Amino acid sequence: MEVLLFGIAKDIVGASVLAMESFEKRPDTVKELKQELERSFPDFGKLSSLAIAVNSEYAEEGTQLRSGDEIAIIPPVSGG
Amino acid sequence: MDNERYQRQLILKGFGATAQQKLANASVLVVGAGGLGVPMLTYLNAMGVGRIGILDGDTVSFSNLHRQVLYVESDVGLSKVDVAKEKLSAQNSNTVLEGYNYFLTKDNALETIAQFDIVVDASDNFPTRYLVNDACVLLKKPFVYGALHAFEGQVSVFNYQKGPTYRCLFPNMPKPDEVPDCNENGVLGILPGIVGNLQALETIKLITGVGEVLSGQLALFDGLGTVLRKIRFSAIPENLQITALRDNYELECAVAPVTSVTALEFQELLELGNPQVIDVRTLSEYEGQRLSVARHIPLTELEQRKDEIDVKRPVYFLCQSGIRSAKGISLLASYFPKATLINVTGGMNQLRSYAATH
Repeated sequence: MEVLLFGIAKDIVGASVLAMESFEKRPDTVKELKQELERSFPDFGKLSSLAIAVNSEYAEEGTQLRSGDEIAIIPPVSGG
Repeated sequence: MDNERYQRQLILKGFGATAQQKLANASVLVVGAGGLGVPMLTYLNAMGVGRIGILDGDTVSFSNLHRQVLYVESDVGLSKVDVAKEKLSAQNSNTVLEGYNYFLTKDNALETIAQFDIVVDASDNFPTRYLVNDACVLLKKPFVYGALHAFEGQVSVFNYQKGPTYRCLFPNMPKPDEVPDCNENGVLGILPGIVGNLQALETIKLITGVGEVLSGQLALFDGLGTVLRKIRFSAIPENLQITALRDNYELECAVAPVTSVTALEFQELLELGNPQVIDVRTLSEYEGQRLSVARHIPLTELEQRKDEIDVKRPVYFLCQSGIRSAKGISLLASYFPKATLINVTGGMNQLRSYAATH
Protein backbone atom coordinates (compact mmCIF):
# COMPACT_ATOMS: atom_id res chain seq x y z
CA MET A 1 0.00 0.00 0.00
CA GLU A 2 1.39 3.35 -1.08
CA VAL A 3 0.14 6.86 -0.33
CA LEU A 4 0.78 9.57 -2.96
CA LEU A 5 0.70 13.12 -1.65
CA PHE A 6 -0.36 16.21 -3.59
CA GLY A 7 -0.50 19.95 -2.96
CA ILE A 8 -0.25 21.05 0.65
CA ALA A 9 -0.28 17.37 1.78
CA LYS A 10 3.14 16.95 0.17
CA ASP A 11 4.38 20.05 2.03
CA ILE A 12 2.96 18.85 5.37
CA VAL A 13 4.68 15.46 5.12
CA GLY A 14 7.78 16.74 3.37
CA ALA A 15 7.71 13.94 0.78
CA SER A 16 5.64 12.98 -2.26
CA VAL A 17 5.10 9.36 -1.18
CA LEU A 18 4.33 7.99 2.27
CA ALA A 19 4.89 4.33 3.14
CA MET A 20 2.21 2.60 5.21
CA GLU A 21 4.88 1.39 7.63
CA SER A 22 5.22 4.96 8.88
CA PHE A 23 1.90 4.59 10.73
CA GLU A 24 1.62 3.00 14.19
CA LYS A 25 -1.40 1.02 13.08
CA ARG A 26 -2.18 0.07 9.48
CA PRO A 27 -5.48 1.77 8.59
CA ASP A 28 -8.29 -0.48 7.32
CA THR A 29 -10.54 2.29 6.03
CA VAL A 30 -10.21 5.77 4.58
CA LYS A 31 -11.52 7.19 7.86
CA GLU A 32 -8.78 5.41 9.80
CA LEU A 33 -6.22 6.63 7.29
CA LYS A 34 -7.34 10.22 7.92
CA GLN A 35 -7.03 9.64 11.68
CA GLU A 36 -3.54 8.18 11.30
CA LEU A 37 -2.48 11.09 9.09
CA GLU A 38 -3.70 13.56 11.72
CA ARG A 39 -1.94 11.67 14.51
CA SER A 40 1.39 11.60 12.67
CA PHE A 41 1.06 15.06 11.10
CA PRO A 42 -1.26 17.31 13.14
CA ASP A 43 -1.44 19.92 10.33
CA PHE A 44 -3.79 17.56 8.45
CA GLY A 45 -6.35 18.36 11.14
CA LYS A 46 -6.58 21.93 9.81
CA LEU A 47 -7.78 20.91 6.32
CA SER A 48 -11.55 21.25 5.93
CA SER A 49 -11.81 19.59 2.50
CA LEU A 50 -9.49 16.75 1.65
CA ALA A 51 -10.18 14.39 -1.25
CA ILE A 52 -8.82 10.85 -0.99
CA ALA A 53 -8.69 8.50 -3.97
CA VAL A 54 -8.16 4.75 -3.80
CA ASN A 55 -6.98 3.12 -7.02
CA SER A 56 -7.83 6.29 -8.99
CA GLU A 57 -11.39 6.39 -7.65
CA TYR A 58 -12.72 9.05 -5.22
CA ALA A 59 -13.19 7.28 -1.88
CA GLU A 60 -15.69 7.75 0.95
CA GLU A 61 -14.74 7.49 4.62
CA GLY A 62 -16.01 3.91 4.80
CA THR A 63 -14.00 2.69 1.79
CA GLN A 64 -11.92 -0.36 2.77
CA LEU A 65 -8.17 -0.31 2.19
CA ARG A 66 -6.35 -3.42 0.99
CA SER A 67 -2.68 -4.18 0.54
CA GLY A 68 -1.59 -3.20 -2.94
CA ASP A 69 -3.99 -0.24 -3.07
CA GLU A 70 -2.68 3.02 -4.47
CA ILE A 71 -3.97 5.90 -2.37
CA ALA A 72 -3.83 9.58 -3.33
CA ILE A 73 -4.30 12.46 -0.89
CA ILE A 74 -5.62 15.45 -2.82
CA PRO A 75 -6.20 18.75 -1.01
CA PRO A 76 -7.75 21.70 -2.87
CA VAL A 77 -5.29 24.09 -4.51
CA SER A 78 -6.03 27.71 -5.36
CA GLY A 79 -3.14 29.10 -7.40
CA GLY A 80 -3.55 30.48 -10.89
CA MET B 1 -14.77 31.88 -41.94
CA ASP B 2 -11.12 32.55 -42.59
CA ASN B 3 -10.20 29.34 -44.44
CA GLU B 4 -6.51 30.04 -44.85
CA ARG B 5 -6.00 30.93 -41.18
CA TYR B 6 -7.67 27.71 -39.95
CA GLN B 7 -6.45 25.49 -42.80
CA ARG B 8 -4.49 23.09 -40.58
CA GLN B 9 -7.57 22.52 -38.41
CA LEU B 10 -9.89 22.27 -41.43
CA ILE B 11 -7.80 19.45 -42.95
CA LEU B 12 -7.41 17.70 -39.59
CA LYS B 13 -9.28 14.38 -39.61
CA GLY B 14 -11.71 14.27 -36.70
CA PHE B 15 -11.94 18.07 -36.57
CA GLY B 16 -12.61 19.81 -39.90
CA ALA B 17 -15.10 22.49 -40.97
CA THR B 18 -17.92 21.34 -38.68
CA ALA B 19 -15.85 21.69 -35.53
CA GLN B 20 -14.33 24.94 -36.78
CA GLN B 21 -17.82 26.38 -37.29
CA LYS B 22 -18.76 25.37 -33.74
CA LEU B 23 -15.75 27.33 -32.45
CA ALA B 24 -16.85 30.37 -34.44
CA ASN B 25 -20.34 30.16 -32.94
CA ALA B 26 -19.13 29.68 -29.36
CA SER B 27 -18.69 32.16 -26.53
CA VAL B 28 -16.33 31.63 -23.59
CA LEU B 29 -15.81 33.74 -20.46
CA VAL B 30 -12.29 33.50 -19.00
CA VAL B 31 -12.34 34.47 -15.32
CA GLY B 32 -8.84 35.73 -14.56
CA ALA B 33 -6.30 37.00 -17.10
CA GLY B 34 -3.29 35.79 -15.12
CA GLY B 35 -1.11 32.67 -15.21
CA LEU B 36 -3.88 30.30 -16.32
CA GLY B 37 -5.89 32.88 -18.24
CA VAL B 38 -3.09 33.99 -20.55
CA PRO B 39 -2.47 30.64 -22.36
CA MET B 40 -6.19 30.03 -22.34
CA LEU B 41 -6.98 33.37 -24.01
CA THR B 42 -4.11 33.15 -26.47
CA TYR B 43 -5.08 29.72 -27.84
CA LEU B 44 -8.85 30.13 -27.81
CA ASN B 45 -8.38 33.38 -29.71
CA ALA B 46 -5.86 31.93 -32.18
CA MET B 47 -7.97 28.84 -32.87
CA GLY B 48 -11.11 30.76 -33.76
CA VAL B 49 -13.50 30.90 -30.78
CA GLY B 50 -16.02 33.53 -31.92
CA ARG B 51 -16.60 35.54 -28.75
CA ILE B 52 -14.31 35.70 -25.71
CA GLY B 53 -14.92 37.50 -22.41
CA ILE B 54 -11.87 38.58 -20.40
CA LEU B 55 -12.60 39.28 -16.73
CA ASP B 56 -9.95 40.64 -14.34
CA GLY B 57 -9.75 43.72 -12.12
CA ASP B 58 -5.99 43.53 -11.74
CA THR B 59 -3.10 45.42 -13.32
CA VAL B 60 0.12 43.93 -14.71
CA SER B 61 2.99 43.79 -12.20
CA PHE B 62 6.66 42.84 -12.61
CA SER B 63 6.16 39.68 -10.59
CA ASN B 64 3.57 38.52 -13.20
CA LEU B 65 5.96 38.57 -16.16
CA HIS B 66 7.72 35.24 -15.52
CA ARG B 67 4.49 33.32 -16.13
CA GLN B 68 1.93 35.65 -17.75
CA VAL B 69 3.69 35.70 -21.11
CA LEU B 70 1.18 37.87 -22.97
CA TYR B 71 2.43 40.90 -21.01
CA VAL B 72 5.70 42.79 -21.50
CA GLU B 73 7.68 45.17 -19.29
CA SER B 74 6.04 48.30 -20.69
CA ASP B 75 2.61 46.90 -19.70
CA VAL B 76 3.43 47.01 -15.96
CA GLY B 77 0.84 49.12 -14.14
CA LEU B 78 -1.73 48.86 -16.96
CA SER B 79 -5.05 47.04 -16.73
CA LYS B 80 -4.68 43.37 -17.69
CA VAL B 81 -8.01 43.43 -19.49
CA ASP B 82 -7.06 46.44 -21.61
CA VAL B 83 -3.62 45.05 -22.52
CA ALA B 84 -5.00 41.56 -23.24
CA LYS B 85 -7.78 42.96 -25.47
CA GLU B 86 -5.31 44.96 -27.52
CA LYS B 87 -2.90 42.04 -28.01
CA LEU B 88 -5.59 39.48 -28.70
CA SER B 89 -7.27 41.67 -31.29
CA ALA B 90 -3.91 42.08 -33.05
CA GLN B 91 -3.55 38.28 -32.95
CA ASN B 92 -7.02 37.61 -34.43
CA SER B 93 -9.19 40.53 -35.49
CA ASN B 94 -12.17 38.25 -36.18
CA THR B 95 -12.82 37.55 -32.50
CA VAL B 96 -15.41 39.57 -30.60
CA LEU B 97 -13.57 40.44 -27.37
CA GLU B 98 -15.49 41.64 -24.32
CA GLY B 99 -13.47 43.15 -21.47
CA TYR B 100 -14.68 43.18 -17.87
CA ASN B 101 -12.34 45.33 -15.84
CA TYR B 102 -13.41 44.08 -12.43
CA PHE B 103 -13.18 41.06 -10.14
CA LEU B 104 -16.01 38.54 -10.01
CA THR B 105 -18.30 39.20 -7.04
CA LYS B 106 -21.59 37.89 -5.78
CA ASP B 107 -23.24 40.99 -7.25
CA ASN B 108 -21.90 40.76 -10.81
CA ALA B 109 -21.31 37.00 -11.26
CA LEU B 110 -24.72 35.88 -12.53
CA GLU B 111 -25.21 38.79 -14.90
CA THR B 112 -21.74 38.40 -16.44
CA ILE B 113 -21.72 34.61 -16.71
CA ALA B 114 -25.22 34.51 -18.22
CA GLN B 115 -23.84 36.11 -21.39
CA PHE B 116 -21.58 33.16 -22.26
CA ASP B 117 -21.94 29.46 -23.17
CA ILE B 118 -18.89 28.23 -21.26
CA VAL B 119 -16.89 29.59 -18.32
CA VAL B 120 -13.23 29.01 -17.61
CA ASP B 121 -12.09 29.30 -14.00
CA ALA B 122 -8.61 30.76 -14.35
CA SER B 123 -8.77 32.58 -11.01
CA ASP B 124 -6.22 32.43 -8.21
CA ASN B 125 -8.28 32.23 -5.02
CA PHE B 126 -10.86 30.03 -3.34
CA PRO B 127 -13.68 32.58 -2.92
CA THR B 128 -13.75 33.17 -6.71
CA ARG B 129 -13.54 29.43 -7.44
CA TYR B 130 -16.56 28.65 -5.22
CA LEU B 131 -18.45 31.63 -6.64
CA VAL B 132 -17.78 30.50 -10.24
CA ASN B 133 -18.98 27.02 -9.30
CA ASP B 134 -22.20 28.15 -7.65
CA ALA B 135 -23.04 30.70 -10.36
CA CYS B 136 -22.43 28.13 -13.12
CA VAL B 137 -24.57 25.52 -11.35
CA LEU B 138 -27.39 28.07 -10.99
CA LEU B 139 -27.14 29.11 -14.64
CA LYS B 140 -26.54 25.53 -15.87
CA LYS B 141 -23.27 26.43 -17.61
CA PRO B 142 -20.37 23.98 -17.82
CA PHE B 143 -17.07 25.32 -16.54
CA VAL B 144 -13.49 24.32 -17.05
CA TYR B 145 -11.51 24.30 -13.83
CA GLY B 146 -7.75 24.62 -13.42
CA ALA B 147 -5.62 25.36 -10.34
CA LEU B 148 -1.98 25.20 -9.31
CA HIS B 149 0.22 24.48 -6.36
CA ALA B 150 4.01 24.82 -6.72
CA PHE B 151 4.95 22.19 -9.37
CA GLU B 152 1.48 20.63 -9.64
CA GLY B 153 -1.81 21.38 -11.30
CA GLN B 154 -5.43 20.19 -11.29
CA VAL B 155 -7.83 20.26 -14.25
CA SER B 156 -11.44 19.15 -14.62
CA VAL B 157 -14.70 20.03 -16.38
CA PHE B 158 -17.49 20.65 -13.89
CA ASN B 159 -21.27 20.90 -14.21
CA TYR B 160 -21.27 19.31 -17.67
CA GLN B 161 -24.46 17.37 -18.56
CA LYS B 162 -25.41 16.90 -14.89
CA GLY B 163 -21.88 15.73 -14.10
CA PRO B 164 -20.12 16.54 -10.82
CA THR B 165 -19.27 20.04 -9.61
CA TYR B 166 -16.34 21.56 -7.74
CA ARG B 167 -18.23 21.04 -4.47
CA CYS B 168 -18.55 17.29 -5.21
CA LEU B 169 -14.76 17.13 -4.95
CA PHE B 170 -14.15 19.77 -2.28
CA PRO B 171 -17.45 20.50 -0.50
CA ASN B 172 -16.32 23.38 1.71
CA MET B 173 -14.15 26.38 1.08
CA PRO B 174 -10.84 26.10 2.96
CA LYS B 175 -10.18 28.64 5.68
CA PRO B 176 -7.45 31.17 4.91
CA ASP B 177 -4.79 29.51 7.03
CA GLU B 178 -5.15 26.10 5.38
CA VAL B 179 -3.79 26.38 1.89
CA PRO B 180 -1.33 29.01 0.66
CA ASP B 181 -1.75 30.73 -2.73
CA CYS B 182 0.85 31.55 -5.42
CA ASN B 183 1.60 34.91 -3.76
CA GLU B 184 2.74 33.13 -0.61
CA ASN B 185 3.87 29.80 -1.97
CA GLY B 186 5.50 30.63 -5.30
CA VAL B 187 4.91 29.00 -8.68
CA LEU B 188 7.21 27.82 -11.49
CA GLY B 189 6.60 30.06 -14.54
CA ILE B 190 5.86 27.25 -16.99
CA LEU B 191 3.32 25.48 -14.75
CA PRO B 192 0.30 27.74 -15.42
CA GLY B 193 1.26 27.54 -19.11
CA ILE B 194 0.83 23.76 -19.06
CA VAL B 195 -2.28 23.71 -16.86
CA GLY B 196 -3.92 26.64 -18.69
CA ASN B 197 -3.33 24.88 -22.01
CA LEU B 198 -4.90 21.67 -20.68
CA GLN B 199 -7.91 23.82 -19.74
CA ALA B 200 -7.92 25.32 -23.25
CA LEU B 201 -7.90 21.82 -24.76
CA GLU B 202 -10.87 20.81 -22.59
CA THR B 203 -12.71 23.97 -23.63
CA ILE B 204 -12.16 23.18 -27.32
CA LYS B 205 -13.43 19.61 -26.80
CA LEU B 206 -16.44 20.88 -24.88
CA ILE B 207 -17.37 23.27 -27.71
CA THR B 208 -16.77 20.93 -30.64
CA GLY B 209 -17.72 17.55 -29.18
CA VAL B 210 -14.40 16.19 -30.44
CA GLY B 211 -12.79 13.66 -28.08
CA GLU B 212 -13.79 12.92 -24.50
CA VAL B 213 -14.64 15.74 -22.10
CA LEU B 214 -12.84 15.54 -18.73
CA SER B 215 -16.11 15.41 -16.78
CA GLY B 216 -16.29 13.27 -13.63
CA GLN B 217 -12.52 13.05 -13.68
CA LEU B 218 -9.85 15.15 -12.02
CA ALA B 219 -6.55 15.33 -13.90
CA LEU B 220 -3.54 15.82 -11.61
CA PHE B 221 -0.40 17.03 -13.34
CA ASP B 222 2.89 16.51 -11.51
CA GLY B 223 5.52 18.66 -13.20
CA LEU B 224 8.45 17.18 -11.27
CA GLY B 225 7.70 13.60 -12.31
CA THR B 226 6.03 14.60 -15.64
CA VAL B 227 3.03 12.43 -14.74
CA LEU B 228 -0.64 13.03 -15.54
CA ARG B 229 -2.97 11.00 -13.30
CA LYS B 230 -6.73 10.90 -13.48
CA ILE B 231 -9.09 10.35 -10.54
CA ARG B 232 -12.72 9.43 -11.20
CA PHE B 233 -15.45 10.92 -9.01
CA SER B 234 -19.26 11.19 -9.09
CA ALA B 235 -21.85 13.90 -8.78
CA ILE B 236 -23.51 14.47 -5.41
CA PRO B 237 -27.09 15.32 -6.49
CA GLU B 238 -27.74 18.03 -3.87
CA ASN B 239 -24.76 20.02 -5.17
CA LEU B 240 -26.62 20.40 -8.47
CA GLN B 241 -29.78 21.66 -6.81
CA ILE B 242 -28.70 24.94 -5.28
CA THR B 243 -31.22 27.74 -5.70
CA ALA B 244 -29.20 30.88 -4.89
CA LEU B 245 -25.67 32.11 -4.33
CA ARG B 246 -24.39 32.13 -0.75
CA ASP B 247 -24.75 35.38 1.18
CA ASN B 248 -21.07 36.07 1.34
CA TYR B 249 -18.13 34.29 -0.24
CA GLU B 250 -15.45 36.18 1.68
CA LEU B 251 -17.03 35.49 5.07
CA GLU B 252 -16.97 31.77 4.55
CA CYS B 253 -13.25 32.23 4.21
CA ALA B 254 -12.60 34.17 7.42
CA VAL B 255 -10.86 32.34 10.28
CA ALA B 256 -12.92 34.01 12.97
CA PRO B 257 -15.03 37.14 12.94
CA VAL B 258 -12.68 40.11 12.92
CA THR B 259 -13.41 43.83 13.11
CA SER B 260 -13.06 45.30 9.65
CA VAL B 261 -13.39 48.43 7.54
CA THR B 262 -14.18 48.60 3.85
CA ALA B 263 -11.50 49.87 1.48
CA LEU B 264 -13.56 53.04 1.00
CA GLU B 265 -13.81 53.75 4.73
CA PHE B 266 -10.11 53.06 5.06
CA GLN B 267 -9.32 55.54 2.27
CA GLU B 268 -11.26 58.19 4.15
CA LEU B 269 -9.18 57.45 7.25
CA LEU B 270 -6.03 57.85 5.22
CA GLU B 271 -7.24 61.24 3.99
CA LEU B 272 -8.03 62.40 7.52
CA GLY B 273 -4.95 61.36 9.42
CA ASN B 274 -2.10 59.00 9.87
CA PRO B 275 -3.47 55.60 10.94
CA GLN B 276 -1.17 52.80 12.03
CA VAL B 277 -1.11 50.35 9.10
CA ILE B 278 0.65 46.99 9.01
CA ASP B 279 1.13 45.44 5.56
CA VAL B 280 1.48 41.66 6.03
CA ARG B 281 2.22 40.73 2.40
CA THR B 282 5.50 39.27 1.17
CA LEU B 283 8.45 41.59 0.58
CA SER B 284 8.12 41.39 -3.22
CA GLU B 285 4.43 42.27 -3.10
CA TYR B 286 5.17 45.19 -0.76
CA GLU B 287 8.00 46.45 -2.94
CA GLY B 288 5.76 46.17 -6.01
CA GLN B 289 3.09 48.50 -4.68
CA ARG B 290 2.52 49.94 -1.23
CA LEU B 291 0.91 52.67 0.79
CA SER B 292 3.45 55.20 2.04
CA VAL B 293 1.91 55.06 5.54
CA ALA B 294 2.14 51.25 5.77
CA ARG B 295 4.74 49.47 7.81
CA HIS B 296 5.84 46.11 6.41
CA ILE B 297 5.78 43.03 8.65
CA PRO B 298 5.22 39.88 6.55
CA LEU B 299 2.69 37.41 7.92
CA THR B 300 5.41 34.81 8.49
CA GLU B 301 7.23 37.19 10.88
CA LEU B 302 4.19 38.73 12.53
CA GLU B 303 4.22 36.77 15.81
CA GLN B 304 7.95 37.14 16.25
CA ARG B 305 7.89 40.92 15.55
CA LYS B 306 4.61 41.67 17.32
CA ASP B 307 6.26 44.06 19.80
CA GLU B 308 7.04 46.48 16.97
CA ILE B 309 3.31 47.26 16.84
CA ASP B 310 1.87 50.00 19.07
CA VAL B 311 -1.18 48.20 20.42
CA LYS B 312 -2.31 51.21 22.44
CA ARG B 313 -3.43 52.76 19.12
CA PRO B 314 -5.82 51.10 16.65
CA VAL B 315 -3.95 48.92 14.15
CA TYR B 316 -5.15 48.43 10.58
CA PHE B 317 -4.01 45.22 8.86
CA LEU B 318 -3.60 45.15 5.11
CA CYS B 319 -2.72 42.48 2.51
CA GLN B 320 -3.56 41.91 -1.17
CA SER B 321 -7.15 40.72 -0.83
CA GLY B 322 -7.98 40.99 2.89
CA ILE B 323 -7.56 37.29 3.72
CA ARG B 324 -4.00 37.11 5.03
CA SER B 325 -4.55 40.32 7.02
CA ALA B 326 -7.56 38.66 8.72
CA LYS B 327 -5.33 35.69 9.46
CA GLY B 328 -2.72 38.08 10.92
CA ILE B 329 -5.34 39.55 13.24
CA SER B 330 -6.36 36.13 14.51
CA LEU B 331 -2.68 35.32 15.14
CA LEU B 332 -2.21 38.45 17.25
CA ALA B 333 -5.61 38.57 18.97
CA SER B 334 -4.55 36.10 21.67
CA TYR B 335 -1.41 38.13 22.50
CA PHE B 336 -3.25 41.45 22.67
CA PRO B 337 -6.83 40.77 23.77
CA LYS B 338 -7.48 44.46 24.52
CA ALA B 339 -5.99 45.88 21.33
CA THR B 340 -8.10 47.28 18.49
CA LEU B 341 -7.05 45.22 15.47
CA ILE B 342 -8.93 46.08 12.27
CA ASN B 343 -8.92 44.32 8.93
CA VAL B 344 -8.99 46.24 5.63
CA THR B 345 -11.54 44.28 3.57
CA GLY B 346 -10.51 43.65 -0.02
CA GLY B 347 -6.94 44.78 0.72
CA MET B 348 -4.67 46.31 -1.90
CA ASN B 349 -6.88 45.00 -4.71
CA GLN B 350 -9.60 47.39 -3.62
CA LEU B 351 -7.19 50.20 -2.78
CA ARG B 352 -5.29 49.96 -6.02
CA SER B 353 -6.77 53.00 -7.69
CA TYR B 354 -6.10 54.97 -4.55
CA ALA B 355 -2.54 53.70 -4.13
CA ALA B 356 -1.70 54.62 -7.70
CA THR B 357 -2.36 58.28 -7.00
CA HIS B 358 -0.91 58.59 -3.48
